[in-house]
Amino acid sequence: MKNIFAVAGVVIKELYRRKDFYVLFILTVLICLVMASVNVFNDKQIVRYLKELCLLLIWISSLVIAITTTARQIPAEREQRTLLPLLAKPLTRTQLIFGKFLGCWLACGLVLVCFYTFFGALAGSRDHAWPLLNYFQAAFLHWIMLGVVVAMTLLGSLVFAAPSSNSTICFVIVMTMLTVGRYLNAVALAQSEPFRSIIYGFYFAVPHLEIPFEMRNLIVHDWPLIGWTFVGLDALYLLAYAAAFLVAACLVFRRKPVN
Amino acid sequence: MNSPRTFLLLLFGLLILCFGLAADLQPRFQTLERQRHQSDNFFSLLLGDSRRMFANSFFVKADEYYHSGFYPTIFDNNAAFKTTHIAEDTGAITSHNQGGDEASFMGGPRDWLDAFGRHFIPNRHTHLDAGGAEDNLGGSDEVREILPWLKLSARLDPDNIQTYTVTAYWLRLRLNKVAEAEQVLREGLRNNPRSPEILFELGRLYSESEHDTNRARNVWRLGARYWRELDPQSQTNDPVPFEQLATHLGRLEDDAGNWAQAIDWFQAAQTVSPTPAALAELINGVKVKMTTPTNAPAAPPR
Repeated sequence: MKNIFAVAGVVIKELYRRKDFYVLFILTVLICLVMASVNVFNDKQIVRYLKELCLLLIWISSLVIAITTTARQIPAEREQRTLLPLLAKPLTRTQLIFGKFLGCWLACGLVLVCFYTFFGALAGSRDHAWPLLNYFQAAFLHWIMLGVVVAMTLLGSLVFAAPSSNSTICFVIVMTMLTVGRYLNAVALAQSEPFRSIIYGFYFAVPHLEIPFEMRNLIVHDWPLIGWTFVGLDALYLLAYAAAFLVAACLVFRRKPVN
Repeated sequence: MNSPRTFLLLLFGLLILCFGLAADLQPRFQTLERQRHQSDNFFSLLLGDSRRMFANSFFVKADEYYHSGFYPTIFDNNAAFKTTHIAEDTGAITSHNQGGDEASFMGGPRDWLDAFGRHFIPNRHTHLDAGGAEDNLGGSDEVREILPWLKLSARLDPDNIQTYTVTAYWLRLRLNKVAEAEQVLREGLRNNPRSPEILFELGRLYSESEHDTNRARNVWRLGARYWRELDPQSQTNDPVPFEQLATHLGRLEDDAGNWAQAIDWFQAAQTVSPTPAALAELINGVKVKMTTPTNAPAAPPR
């Protein structure tokens, strides 16, 4: 575990040395503040459009940070020729993969803490309500979902040749899941066999990343808290996919030449 | 070839070309500039006619906010949402909602994953003015949340009359923002100067919120005149504005004691109304008043 945390620590340090997070955070803050300054019929309490915009920007920013940070981890080590010296130390390949995953995932968690703090402050300043548990649920499931994305991107970085192609493919997959994932079953039912079974099989096989994404509507429109059992079950569901991607990444990396 | 005379000739030729081009392009640019000033809308320059599509999306977005996010997508049965509820609730338009259950447009869960996912999305039919997602009737003014989308929709498509009337309705009747509602209607009238619908809503604002019956009467009469000036095809397609204008004018004249004029307006409304029997009752009511002697003098007709 010590080795894993050591690798993870390096990844987190890399995040705050790079400018990606700062740029995206400042952009989000600026856009939200500009939108908050818009006068809508002299009503200062209108807040939901602002919450929706802010959450959307948070989701986009977090996905950009998660995918781009993870996609360059292993290829960068290989390019800089630090991978071989790293593995020459008492560090197994599995530990390296887990360390990279944990580092990227924790870094995403730190990013989410900053973003959701800003979101809470922005929403609270307008509607003078602090549904902190609702925000916690949303941020928590968002973070777990980013774990799946990080693990998938890590696997992609071992399969695809370049970080750019890996990032693009991961973005396309994630965006597709976020936008149409929930409706794949409806699409399947409208087809004839064998397409129905194929699409339905695909629907059950892929990770439903859109579940935490669609929670935004509950936050935006002040719906009551979701049962903790469902939050826990969704977290377990997503963690199972993250674990599956990680195991696959470890298996691929074990057979991969380091040079 | 390199003699100064050749260069001079080339220069002269270029000057002639420049002058010709300028003479040709100047009128075209002037026309373009005029068109730009006429549109006077940033979005129309940026998006062209596609802005109408976006405007419609934002109008629907306002309706989605009205339902606190519980809204059908293209994959759901949207028979009960053909006409947006924010417009339907104003009572100023004809609903095209073809039955359908607005509370269960998603149908039953198709599988365990679908059933599980429904815990993470808005899953109950609510209206913002009826308490919203929290069933908090004290917070009925939450309906204000639809306003940004309506404002954006009006900016994108200034020719869409419904956006102005719906915005004004919610501002005036649910949020008590009469001045802002009038501002919206005036803006709508600037963009659509001969709209009977906007004039009707403006008349309602004067009559119901400002209790200025004279201005209401003038505005409604203007609206009725504009409707009568429409071509017969347009009148047949959309008789609702005239029916509303004539009925409201009839009521206004009835209240003012101008019974003959009230009957005239009710009869005019009957010609386009889908429920002429109800108007006949109103006419009979006025006729009874006419035959019953009262001590109160009738208000002078204006």
